[in-house]
Amino acid sequence: MAAGAASGGSAVTDTYKDARTWLLLPAWLTLTILVAAPVFMMLIYSFLTKEFRGGVIWEFSLAAYDQFFFDRGLFGDDPAKIEWTYILIFWRSIWQAGAATILSLVIGFPTAYFIATRPEKSRPLWVFLITIPYWVNLLIRTVSMKFLLRDQGPLNDFLINIGLIDSPIHIVNTNFAVQLGLFYSYLPFMVLPIYAAVERYNFSLSEAAADLYATKATTLRRILLPAVKPGVIAGCILVFVPSMGSFLAPDLLGGAKNFMIGSLIEEQFKGNAGNWPFGAAASMILMSMVLVLLMFYARQQAKSEKAEG
Amino acid sequence: MKNLMKTSVAALALTVGANAAAAEGNLVLYHWFEYMPQEVLDKFTAETGIEVTMDTYDSNEAMLASLKAGAIGTYDLAVPSDYMVSIMGSEGMLDTIADGELHNKGNIAPEWVDVSFDPGRQSSIPYQWGSTSFSVNRDVYAGEIQTTDILFNPPAELQGRINMLDSQGDVTALASLHLGIPQCSSDREQLKALNDLLQGAKAHWASFNSDTAKEVLVSGDAAAGMIYDGFNSKAREEGANVEYAFPTQGYIAWMDNVVLLKDAPNRDSALKFMDFLLEPENIAAITNYAAYNAGVTGVSEFLDPALAAQPEKNPHADAGNGVFIQVCDEATQAVYDQIWTNLKK
Amino acid sequence: MATAKSAKFDIKAYRGFKAITLLCLFVLYAPLIVVTIYSFNASASLTNWEGVSFRWYVDVFTGPESGKFKTAALNSFIIAIAAATMATTLATLAATGMVRGGKFKLRSASFGLISLPLMVPEIVTAVATLIFFNAIGFDRGIMTILLAHTAFCVPFAYLPIAARMQGIEDSYEQAAMDLYANKRQAFTKILMPLMMPGIISGFILAFIVSLDDFIITNFVKGAGVETLPTAIFGSVKQGIKPNIMAISTMLLGLSVVMVTISYFVSKADNTK
Repeated sequence: MAAGAASGGSAVTDTYKDARTWLLLPAWLTLTILVAAPVFMMLIYSFLTKEFRGGVIWEFSLAAYDQFFFDRGLFGDDPAKIEWTYILIFWRSIWQAGAATILSLVIGFPTAYFIATRPEKSRPLWVFLITIPYWVNLLIRTVSMKFLLRDQGPLNDFLINIGLIDSPIHIVNTNFAVQLGLFYSYLPFMVLPIYAAVERYNFSLSEAAADLYATKATTLRRILLPAVKPGVIAGCILVFVPSMGSFLAPDLLGGAKNFMIGSLIEEQFKGNAGNWPFGAAASMILMSMVLVLLMFYARQQAKSEKAEG
Repeated sequence: MKNLMKTSVAALALTVGANAAAAEGNLVLYHWFEYMPQEVLDKFTAETGIEVTMDTYDSNEAMLASLKAGAIGTYDLAVPSDYMVSIMGSEGMLDTIADGELHNKGNIAPEWVDVSFDPGRQSSIPYQWGSTSFSVNRDVYAGEIQTTDILFNPPAELQGRINMLDSQGDVTALASLHLGIPQCSSDREQLKALNDLLQGAKAHWASFNSDTAKEVLVSGDAAAGMIYDGFNSKAREEGANVEYAFPTQGYIAWMDNVVLLKDAPNRDSALKFMDFLLEPENIAAITNYAAYNAGVTGVSEFLDPALAAQPEKNPHADAGNGVFIQVCDEATQAVYDQIWTNLKK
Repeated sequence: MATAKSAKFDIKAYRGFKAITLLCLFVLYAPLIVVTIYSFNASASLTNWEGVSFRWYVDVFTGPESGKFKTAALNSFIIAIAAATMATTLATLAATGMVRGGKFKLRSASFGLISLPLMVPEIVTAVATLIFFNAIGFDRGIMTILLAHTAFCVPFAYLPIAARMQGIEDSYEQAAMDLYANKRQAFTKILMPLMMPGIISGFILAFIVSLDDFIITNFVKGAGVETLPTAIFGSVKQGIKPNIMAISTMLLGLSVVMVTISYFVSKADNTK
């Protein structure tokens, strides 16, 4: 959620300076051993030789990355061309996650703005209303969504009963269903950071703009949006990143017909393919993309902090 | 709110109670979903005092992947299909059952003793056998269905409303039958044709799903779908007007087998369970539940008489042959894997 | 004054935003409400309504799958409580080191390490953890889930705790130390009680994240070890059944209770 919130340095004091190392050691150790080391191990695995039907042989190999980027035909002996299969899968994931992010932004921004402009007392209640569904298991939310949308589901029943449509709309097993599922999964991640940013926004700026005869639309675009941009970017990242790696929504709502990155990776370890180095390589590529994105965010953040002086 | 909290507390209390029951032994079974009636497990526990834990999987490949990823040594028994028994054997995942360790081994039907995937039944016993093909909702399509064209070149009524099994072996085997080519082909033209066929047919398919193969037919989400024979009779029981096809090009035959896994933590319990499953009465209970066929002699008196008369058990005169899925070598398999990835990209 | 105020309100309000907010809430709640309603459906069929009944709730506790769900629920709660406890402890200590430990060279690196599980997509963490346990030959079981969850939950516990600690001036602790309390006493007697709301929200956050986790659990769980999400996934893959809806409704209730507690804890604190 408010990812950057705790990184600020202004409130730091040195009361327990002497004990610092001991205070931090447990967390350092746990995260180094259980997160950093495994990621490093995964990097190594991505350069190993695959064992037939799962597992690895401890021999250096670039085969996993070669498979990812180069197409050598169905039989592996054509001259190497650029492999579009996986780029396409990544592109589809980016596209689906992007569409979900935009959907979240279009709905989430007005919502966050509306909540932030409520009287101070009722704001927590609104935030509460937005976050409750998020605490329900992601799986259950996705399944509920599928249940609601299916051809014989309540939504289609309802629309047919009120005479709006004659035959059910096919939503399940389409790209739109996946986008809707992703949107539904991560919407609060969009609303909360924007809400936090708008809440901090000084509305006298808007008033000043209005005094200078700026229209509401202009005020929104030229004054408010730049001011709350960090919150918007944070929200977009928090929706986009988990959407890219998700496999519940494509699996349950998309009919598992088209791979997304998450399902591609899962397939290497739990499904037909059994190609561990390739799964590790695809994971590394996904992680690198996300880290680049986060670095971009950090730079934006630093820039806006500088601008604030 | 108060009631909800009460319910949750009650749930917690119940779970604690359930786990307190002491077991005289354990058995960890890795099994297909919806393939083992709870009553049979309860009966085994009542007879032997051994508690059974069961995990489920939805494809042979998923089971193999999980065992390879470190689960071997934690499960006692698994239930792979014919070809997967050979693969697991070659992977060294199976334990050998010595002569005399299984008291009921003699109950195995003679035709299922010397099977190609486990000659002499060194590590496995029959579980169920049956066929895999597809079925069509007769409310949607009334035309001819005894052809694999239904899946690979479907009539307009069925286009976009077909569910395929999410199983590489089953899909490529059926596609090979459609083309009339061998399953482990190394002929480039044949492989290209297979690739093209699947690419072209994909546009007509709504989803790849094994778990919901029955559900999508019952709910009407799919109008046709690949399915196992017993699953189809269950779908009919649940009200779907679906007809199971035995295409003239042929269909897939299979036998699922209970195998003793290497490094089984409860080997003795596992052998007891295998003996239990070789009792005609017990395996017949499973057959009655799953609506397939048992591979044990003396089951007939325990079987539901309606089972034998089911359309899924009686291929018509023009039906093609039932063929088992074959195991390809690594180089050939790599091409089939590529075709599968192309299909799902 | 009155005109100024109404002008300000005009500037703040954009037409249609309220409608979108209500639409947003509708989209968020509609599926859950539908599932809750259908969980009380007397019919075994998903599409027909045959009156209100609690049979699926009874089924959850006594039906053929009840054993599986009971064990899974127990596992989930044990893992969530243990992982949240450990993660909260680690996070509280780490937050003290970070917020009350002065500036130091590795500070941003430490923050990066602590928030690593948030930055790496969950599927990547899952794969990495699977590979790791496999490479070191660690037998998969309830222990592997617990370890993975603990690490994964640390940042979720850390963020509210650190945010809270930054909000507490250290003059209280300084005053205590001026009165001859030693540092340990200042920490346990002064800082910790003040920190409680933050620690409780951190714990609840970690608890729910662990209870909710499917992807990592699915990768690292061992034979016969199911948590509620993996058990539910195993069931829903074959289609949505009414008993799953009953379980969902109960979990929804539980989540609402937990979030409500955390809401009132933080509210009580704000009014102080």
